[in-house]
Amino acid sequence: MGIEQTKTLGNGFVTTSLDKLVNWSRAKSLWPMTFGLACCAIEMMATGAARFDLDRMGVLFRASPRQADVIIIAGTVTKKMLPVIKTVYEQMPEPRYVIAMGACASSGGIFDTYSVVQGIDEALPVDVYIPGCPPRPEGLLYGLMKLQEKIMKERNSFGAAIGVGEVVNEA
Amino acid sequence: MSKQVVEKLKGKFGNLVLDTVEHRGETSIRVERAEIVAVCTFLRDDCSYNFLSDLCGVDYLGRTPRFEVVYNMYNLTNKTRLRVKVDVDGHDPRVDTVSGVWSTANWHERECWDLLGIAFNNHPDLRRILMPVDWQGHPLRKDYPLQGPDREPYQGRLS
Amino acid sequence: MATETMTINMGPQHPSTHGVLQLILELDGEIVVKATPHIGFLHRGTEKLSEHRTYHQVIPLTDRLDYLAPMSNNLGYVLAVEKLLGITDKIPERANTIRVIMTELTRLKSHLVWLATHALDIGAMTVFLYCFREREEITDIYEKVSGARMTSNYFRVGGLSADLPDGLEAEIRAFAESMFGHLETYEGLLTGNKIWQKRTIGVGYISGPDAIDIGLSGAALRGSGVDWDLRRDASYCNYAEFDFEVPVREEGDTFARYKVRLDEMRQAARIILQALDKLKPGPILADCPQVCLPPKKDVVNTIEGLIHHFKIVSEGFKPEKGEVYVGIEAPKGELGYYLVSDGSAHPYRMKIRPPSFVNLQALPQMVEGVLLADVIATIGTLDIVLGEIDR
Repeated sequence: MGIEQTKTLGNGFVTTSLDKLVNWSRAKSLWPMTFGLACCAIEMMATGAARFDLDRMGVLFRASPRQADVIIIAGTVTKKMLPVIKTVYEQMPEPRYVIAMGACASSGGIFDTYSVVQGIDEALPVDVYIPGCPPRPEGLLYGLMKLQEKIMKERNSFGAAIGVGEVVNEA
Repeated sequence: MSKQVVEKLKGKFGNLVLDTVEHRGETSIRVERAEIVAVCTFLRDDCSYNFLSDLCGVDYLGRTPRFEVVYNMYNLTNKTRLRVKVDVDGHDPRVDTVSGVWSTANWHERECWDLLGIAFNNHPDLRRILMPVDWQGHPLRKDYPLQGPDREPYQGRLS
Repeated sequence: MATETMTINMGPQHPSTHGVLQLILELDGEIVVKATPHIGFLHRGTEKLSEHRTYHQVIPLTDRLDYLAPMSNNLGYVLAVEKLLGITDKIPERANTIRVIMTELTRLKSHLVWLATHALDIGAMTVFLYCFREREEITDIYEKVSGARMTSNYFRVGGLSADLPDGLEAEIRAFAESMFGHLETYEGLLTGNKIWQKRTIGVGYISGPDAIDIGLSGAALRGSGVDWDLRRDASYCNYAEFDFEVPVREEGDTFARYKVRLDEMRQAARIILQALDKLKPGPILADCPQVCLPPKKDVVNTIEGLIHHFKIVSEGFKPEKGEVYVGIEAPKGELGYYLVSDGSAHPYRMKIRPPSFVNLQALPQMVEGVLLADVIATIGTLDIVLGEIDR
């Protein structure tokens, strides 16, 4: 395997601390876009409500894609809805992440039919899959925590933020 | 109660009423396709079936006539139900629209056209409602594959 | 100076459309000239899928139709299959009473989410958190009874899948009694509130005869003066033995529908308390070995139990040829199932008559000539769920 020259700011103490700072600020204040399609949307709303509060994790639901970090695809994706999802995803500024919540978004779920896309990963790069039909709110919280761990492991995030090279995902 | 309605209908329309079936306490009347609007108007005005609960199509592949359009209606004053069915043949399936009799039939007929391909004459707005606008085919027909034309059918056991 | 109307698109991704609904609005300033709903973004092919599954395997599919009131959908389907089989009289008393309790809890669940999202759209955010807090108690009950918070799959053809666990009756009773106090809280927050009144009185008007013609049902119809409730008029389970009122209001606007649904919640709590008083021990599945799964001790000890269990699970039961239409009073309106059987183990055709599909048809005529903000209030008051509309 050849050496890929991804430009980074290096692995010194100061740069990795700055990377950790940027990662920490991104992970602890994830702002998802409200993309509830079907039944999983109700469990997402229940996770945001009083018992399983999402606000204590820094999560604030934003209705506009321009202000969101992560899109939680909650529910069944149909072929009619797919162009809409792609349009909305393209409007999100980087860094952006995708969580596929529920069986339908991960793989089509129980709907193996003519109009259902068998998993949103046919069109978008998914970071975290959350199984369940619908997943319990604790499941969604765990999925968000896994995404936070994934973000914390990124390298060169400070570098990418100031324009030197790209974010390196080690996972 | 339903017997009286059937008698009234036979009295007014005679040979248009093809047969009547009573099953599990429900009455189904099969009517000639050509005069369905007149029959429905009579049922709405004289027999007070003023609520059309449901309008759907059924595909009996392998039987002629192939399709059937079913009207489930309800009488709000006497609280009785009635079912009226018409046969529609498989080549160029067409029925007159009843959206002039009950406005609720509008979207039901659009869905029937979209999923089964049964066209409704004089419908104010006959276009696809559930499938994307450029979809080819009518999915609920029995000869349309469940997984769609572009995917492999499911190979495993279901039960 | 010439003026034109402006065409804007609302949805399908929108925080206030209660799902994936697309509205194309033609506006003259802020006034809506024409509204065209576009649906189908959640069409999953449930009806076609049910033609390839046995009658029991369709029950989880019905859960996901109106996902805010899953047990109501289960009930409608199960009643339709029981009518097709002709075993409606053989359902035991305890099963019917528990069905009534769970269906009324489902009605409370659905109306709580309706109130939460309707109030949130109009701007009252506190009500959202309060209603979801109450809803969590109902989901706890669902979980104890069926194993799942939302998609319960609890009813079976011939009765229930499992009996109530110990201690649950006391919990349901405590919840139903607390509900009256909570409803007073919501009324206190909203009914006398000047802003709520200005946003809802006179908005989204539809008259009684128009409502019947367009096919509206449920609370939307009762808010326009038509006194019709399928629980009382075409009774199913043992609703006829309970004493409840059907709230009807004459004004036909959003405020009337809001009051009707709040009163329905009170009546639902009353029915639950009456049903709990009536509950007696007994069997929960009808005595029809061809259709209902035998109890586990028969399956492992007798050969007939084993054979019946095997046949029902692997092949499914085969009703005789025929068709039925059963309509029930779901929280959103008349939920109808039209089932055609051709004598095999799979339904030949299952048509679901969703109340929200027909209610949404009334939207264009209800929002002609109103302000844009009132469109949001009208969608909320029609109480639509896209899972049911698109199936």
